[in-house]
Parts: sequence; structure tokens; C-alpha cells
Amino acid sequence: MSILGTRVIRTEDPRLLTAGAVYVDDLRVPELDGAARVTFVRSPVAHARITGIDASAALSEPGVVAVLTVQDMTDLAPPPPDSGEPVGGEGPAPLGGPWSEPLLAADTVRFVGEPVAVVITDGRYQGEDAADLVTVDYDPLPAVVGPEAALTSESLLFPAAGSNIPLTSPVSADDAPFDACEVVVEQAIVNQRLACMPLEGRATAATFENGKLTVWHSSQNAQLCRLILCGALGMAPDQIRVIVPDVGGGFGAKVGIDRDGLVVAWAARKTGRALRWNETRSENLVGMTQGRAQLHHIKIGGNRDGKILAYRIDVIQDSGAYSRMGGFLPMLTCLMAPGVYDIPAVQAGYRVVVTNATPISAYRGAGRPEAAATIERAVDLFAAEIGMDPAEVRRRNFVAPDKFPFQTKTGALYDSGQYEEALDKVLAGAGYQELRKEQERRRASGDVRQLGIGISSYVEITAADGAAGETAKLEVADDGTATVYTGSSPHGQGHHTAWAMLVQEELGIPMDKVTVVHGDTDLIPVGVGTYASRSLQLGGSAVHKAAVEVKDEARRQAADILEAAEADVVLDTISGLWQVRGDPEASLTWAQVAGHTSGGLVADVSFAADLPTFPFGAHVSVVEVDTETGKVTLLRHVTVDDAGPVLNPVLAEGQRHGGIAQGAAQALLEEVLYDADGNPLTSTLADYAAITAAELPSYELLASETPTTVNPLGVKGIGEAGTIGSTPAIQNAVIDAVAHLGIRHIDMPTTPQRVWTAINEAQKAGNQ
Amino acid sequence: MKVDLTVNGKDISADVEDRMLLVHFLRDVADLTATNVGCDTTSCGACTVLLDGESVKSCTVLAAQASGHEITTVEGLATNGEMHPVQRAFHQEHGLQCGFCTPGMVMAIVSLLKENPDPSEQQVRQGLEGNLCRCTGYHNIVRAALAAADEGKVSA
Ligand code: FES
Ligand code: FES
Repeated sequence: MSILGTRVIRTEDPRLLTAGAVYVDDLRVPELDGAARVTFVRSPVAHARITGIDASAALSEPGVVAVLTVQDMTDLAPPPPDSGEPVGGEGPAPLGGPWSEPLLAADTVRFVGEPVAVVITDGRYQGEDAADLVTVDYDPLPAVVGPEAALTSESLLFPAAGSNIPLTSPVSADDAPFDACEVVVEQAIVNQRLACMPLEGRATAATFENGKLTVWHSSQNAQLCRLILCGALGMAPDQIRVIVPDVGGGFGAKVGIDRDGLVVAWAARKTGRALRWNETRSENLVGMTQGRAQLHHIKIGGNRDGKILAYRIDVIQDSGAYSRMGGFLPMLTCLMAPGVYDIPAVQAGYRVVVTNATPISAYRGAGRPEAAATIERAVDLFAAEIGMDPAEVRRRNFVAPDKFPFQTKTGALYDSGQYEEALDKVLAGAGYQELRKEQERRRASGDVRQLGIGISSYVEITAADGAAGETAKLEVADDGTATVYTGSSPHGQGHHTAWAMLVQEELGIPMDKVTVVHGDTDLIPVGVGTYASRSLQLGGSAVHKAAVEVKDEARRQAADILEAAEADVVLDTISGLWQVRGDPEASLTWAQVAGHTSGGLVADVSFAADLPTFPFGAHVSVVEVDTETGKVTLLRHVTVDDAGPVLNPVLAEGQRHGGIAQGAAQALLEEVLYDADGNPLTSTLADYAAITAAELPSYELLASETPTTVNPLGVKGIGEAGTIGSTPAIQNAVIDAVAHLGIRHIDMPTTPQRVWTAINEAQKAGNQ
Repeated sequence: MKVDLTVNGKDISADVEDRMLLVHFLRDVADLTATNVGCDTTSCGACTVLLDGESVKSCTVLAAQASGHEITTVEGLATNGEMHPVQRAFHQEHGLQCGFCTPGMVMAIVSLLKENPDPSEQQVRQGLEGNLCRCTGYHNIVRAALAAADEGKVSA
């Protein structure tokens, strides 16, 4: 029987449950014995010129090894002169030229939390004391708070650039498609700024010995870290080793290594001391990149028969103080703008702006949840306007199953999808008709607690950079054990279990004899990493490919030992024995076959996909809204998330659960806020409303598996689907609960205050 | 100052700074690194341990305050290499992903089940309000708690 598709509990867990994982701060390796602690001095103001730094008081404190500022970075090459060329584009890379981000602030700070200096101390608590004694003089500049303020360009973050708008891809202004519609609805929709908040914050340790820099970093990809370190520190790849130990969550914010980690590595080289840095949560909530932060203006038009004819989305992407992703995020939002619908005219465009806030980067979904949230809101707005059930409007506009591969108006090529089937399945699973009846009953009786039913149908893009591929090296040793070296980089997903399952499936070597190694550039020099829901489809396909190659080589070896024709030698994947067809006596173990070779059985491969994949699904969310207080209670959440064949339902469901919760968090609670001067109001976990178990129900997951043809496993990504599907379903449910009061839209997060205000205003309007 | 703690049944004495937090004592002095620090406002519960059998957030207790007391961390939960029923339930139910919240979650649930051996789902959810997990969406953590409670009922 195949192990694929079966419920295998994780091999990682016994260690994590009894001894704990080994995160960067847990490392007790000899190289880090006596390591000094790094503490950052960060800007307390949103926008200011630095007029002076005085570290003398700090330096005279006990235990202070050094205080370093940008002045000490004399060993680094100055940034290349501004060539006046365009500053970069839609690749997920930082903008250069006048928009460049320094490692430590030079003469200007542009967000609260920006690193200005580092204090290096012998002990843990000394760093905080000494950092307080570093005096930095700031000459305040007007803060640009929020994307709309950025557009006015009244105050400029980068005067040399001449505006706050580094990139634009203008949306069409052609109104003709809308003029032909019976009904047109317009709406401004906020996709608020969120904290990624992996429970382990950023952490780096570094040593510099005999010309070699070793960096331990909490990251989603060791190899990218090394590439970035090479560029920032002017070193060759063989002078740097990056080790990624266990990682306490990433969600996009730990792709590569950011400036804080680079500063720690540089400081280790500069001082020759082994260094450790582990940020506090308060640092994390201002210093780690955040997500979303888009403002949308949309227009949707169609006919009263439910057919949508035209859709326009104009995206303003707040990139924070430094554009670390260029136009990448809003580009993805525009690419996925029409979602699951076959809309004849789609117009999408964006502007990227800089503001005096924490830089924005990828956060679970990265541009796609924003697209899904808004098209799903737009469809509901349109449905409300024409008075049709939102499920019916969706059905009338889906891309039909016979149209795949489907080329969208925004340039995406959807590989496969069954959108109507997914919706029908989730509606049946939720008991949609009964829910509507219950809603009717509560509305008729004027119940204080109104019921809301929200729907989303979604499609998303995973492994968008499939061409970059992923690596795997598989070795079978002469003791019959196998080792997988993967370029993929787990931080909770369960790769060690999944990759071992793939090896057992193909080679019949039992999972407990398979070791998976990741995250060490000395052992795995080439690798891409874990993000964009790419791991199984690329990294898993690479493991599969390596296993097939090892098997082919083993067959040749076995044929040689058994003196049989290769075609007659078969592997029994249940017993893990090589046999000769028709001769049950002649059999060999993996140990015997591997022992017959000189160098062992090894395959070192990479797998690349020509195309990305497009998982899809449908969610139904049921909420109760207390119309007197505005409080929303999420009662049920039912989902179909189709990412092709499921390798291990335990892991796939876990990804869906986590994704749903993060989507619910955006829809209901979480938001990074700033005051009018750019001071963060949510810089501790006491203020940032991270979602808890008490605010969530158990989820109801339904199965659906539509394979893709772009990889040998037929799989798509599942890591971000839950978030992409749940956010709009929950937001739509909240609005649906109060729709009978005349409310058409409430921005996220749908906090009690916001919902209460909407109800209150609707009642006032009704009384007039 | 000098402190004497019993950690997972082992006596540990050390001279520490007055302001040393219990969690840093556990991690840096006792070298037990499973207990994690996830915040600086007593909000996340990643640091939850048992102090004389009751759950506390070890980031909010000074090592000095814990002197003379018994501390249990997740490292001390298994007996003779056998996982505690809550640990076992976490494994069976896939109650952990990255594992960062896990030691604190496990200890919080051990304490919760001691106080209420037969909780409802809602009681588990309310009881875990002070423990954040960013990975699992809590679904399987709640299931693990309920499964451990069920196992307790059978063995009781
Ligand atoms: S570290 Fe103790 S509650 Fe967060
Ligand atoms: S498993 Fe990652 S925070 Fe809970």
C-alpha cells in the first residue's frame, strides 16, 4: 500500500516535545561559548535627521565591549552611486538608487524602530542598560503617515528622489466597459497593515574565525542568506557558512536575512567576538517586516442577471520606509485581481509609496490575500446591489471547468480548477440553505444577535518562481539508511516527515531509516528555500526525482550483483528488497546494493517547474454579531481547499488550520496602528491583538483534490490557501450579518467599535 | 544573590543578578532551553512552567522569587522515557508545527487538566487565552488537550 495520502504523524515531534527545538538562542555550540550580546539602539521617532551620536556614557558601563554606528562601517564598500536609472521593478528585491536602505541609519531615520547603533555587551541585561545611555540627537522632520499622505508628496522621505512614489503601473481609465453595464458599484477597501509575528522573533548569532564567517540565522532559506551576506559584506561564498537551525515560524518575514541580521554578522567580523542577537517582541513589532498595507479603489459592473462585465482595481501599496519588495506585492495583487471569475474586462494597476513606517514585505499570501479579499468583497457588493444571492452570482461568473488552462485578462495562466464544484461542496457542508433560514428567522424577530453567512471562492498562485526550482541530494549508505539534503527549509511545515514519506514510497526504505538535513550552506550549497507555498511541489518533486535516479542506479548495481538483466530486477517497495522476477530466492537489501558501489548511491538533482500552480477553494464562514455592542463571534468556518493530491493529510490540514486563523485574525482583530506622528500604537503584544484560541472555533475541512500536470507529484501549494480563503469569507460574513440594516461594507479588522459605528450610522441614516 | 531551586527534581544553586528572570535562570543557568521567551509583556505564554505544580509565566517571576520552590519544565515531564499524556496527545493530534509555543502550551494544558480534568472545548479555549500560537490555528492544540483529558478519564 502506498504511504502517500495516509495520515502519518510527524517524526519531528518527539524531540520538540521532550527536549524542545533548538532555535538560534538555544544553540550551545562551542563556537558560541562566551558569545557577547548585541542590543540595537533604535530610532524612537518616525522621521528625523540625526545630528549627533554620543556613546561615551554607554562605553564606560561595565561589560560594554563596543558601541558601533555607521561611522564604524569603514570596511564596507560605499553604496554604488545613484546612476539615475530606473530604481528596480517587479522582482521581489529592494529598490536601489535614491531609495536605498542603509544597514545602520546614516544621517536620517525613517521609521520608529530603525537601527541606529549596536551595543555589544558581555551579559544579557547589560545591553539594555547601555543602549539607554547612547544619546542620539534627532532633528524631527514631518512624518508621512499612511499611503494617502504619501501621495501628496508634501514631505519627502527621500528628497533626492523627488517624490514618495517609487513605482507605478497605472490602471486604465477607460470607462467604456462600465458604461455598458446596467449596474456599477464603487468602493474604497482597506487591506490593513499586519504584524507577521512568528512566535520566535528574529535571531542571529555569528562568529568570524580564520577568515570565515559563520552565521546562525532564523530564516526560511540559508542559501539566500549567504547570497545577501556576500553582497552586503563584500565576501565570497566560500568565506561564509550560514546555518539555519530550528525556526519558530516565518510566514514570509524570515525570507533571507534583513539589515539587523547583517549588522550582527558585520559586527562579529568587525570585533572578532562571537555574537548573539535575539530580538524582544517589542523590537519585533516595529523592526520585523510587516504585511499587507494596501489601499484599493475598485469599480465593478455588470447586469441584473448576475453577469459581471467589468472590474477595476487601483492598488496603493504602502511599502513602509524602505521598499524591500519593489512592485512585487501589488504586481501579484493585480495578477490575481479577477480571482475565479471569467470577467470580460479587467483593469488593474498600482502605485508603490513610501511612508514613515516599518517596511512591508511578504506575509502569508503576499499580495494574493489582498486580491482575493477585494474581488470577493466586490462580488458581494455587486450581489447586494442587484439583490441576488452571493452564491448564485459567483456561480454565474466562474471560469468554467472546460476552459482550463485558462488565460486571465491580467496575464495569469490557471492550470486547473473546479470552482463551482468547490463552492457547491462547501455550501452543502455548511448547510447553506438552513443557515439562510436561521438568518431570516433572526432578522424577522429582531434578534440582538444577528447571523452572518460569508462566502469566498478563491484561486491563488503558488511557486510563482517555479523556474528557480529546488535542490535535493539523496544518499543511500551501505548500512541501508538514506539521507536527504534538501534546499527547502522547514520552519514548522513538517518537511522531515514529508520527505521521508517520499523516499519510503519510491525506495521502500522505511521512514525511520531516512534522515533529512536542511539549512547549512556547507552541506547544501545550492538551495532556494521555503516560501510562496513552493516546498512540496518543488522541493518534494526534487526529492522524488532524486529517489527515482537512485533507484535507477541501484537497479543497475543489483542487476550486476545478481547477474540478471536490468529489466528483470525489481524493487519490492513494501519489503525494501531488490529481487529478480520469477526468482524469489534471489534478493538484495539496500545495504547490499549500496555496499557494492564505490561511492555509495547518490543522486544530486534539482527540479524546476515551467509554470506556477493555482490552488483554489471555497470557504463559508458563519458569524454572530451582537447588534448592541458590535461584537463579532466566529461560530463556524467550513472550507474546501484544493491543492491537488494530498501527501499527508495531517500536515495539509495543519497548514489549512494555521492559515484560516491568520485570515480570521486579519478579518476580525489584528492591525498595526500609528498615530499622526508615525509613532506605533501596537508595538507590544499587550497592544497588538494577536488572535487567541478563545476567539476561534474548530474548523470544518472538506477534501478536494484536483491534480496539476506541472510537476510529477501533481501537487500545488497549501501553505497560504487557508489565509487567502478565510479572510474574505469572514469579512463578508460580518457584513452579511448587518446587511439588512442597509450596511454594504465595513473595513477590516471588523472590531466591535467599527461594527458598532457602522450599525449606528446606518440607523441614523434610516431615521432621517 | 544566591538562589536555590529544584528544577525537574534536580537541585540547582547559583549566584545570580537580583533582576534575573526565572526563564533566564532556566535557560542560561540550568541550561534547559525548551522554555521559550515570546514577548516582553506577559502576553504569549511561551515561557509557561509549573511552580510547585501551578502554571506560571516564567518571564514574570524572578529567579529569586522561585528560590526554594520546585519548577517543572517540559524537559521534566516525561517519566522513564515515556512521554506525558499531554505530550503524547500533541504528537498524535499534530498539536505543534514550529514548536516555539509548544513547551508553554503543554505546561499550560497540564495545569489546566489538573484543575479541570474533564473540560469542554470552550473551557479549553478560554483556559488557553494567555498562550499564543501563530502556526496551528489552535485547532489541533485544543484537540490534543481534549484527547489528553479523555486518556486521563480512561486511566483514572
Ligand atoms: S514570554 Fe512569558 S508570557 Fe511571553
Ligand atoms: S507551533 Fe509555532 S507558534 Fe505554536
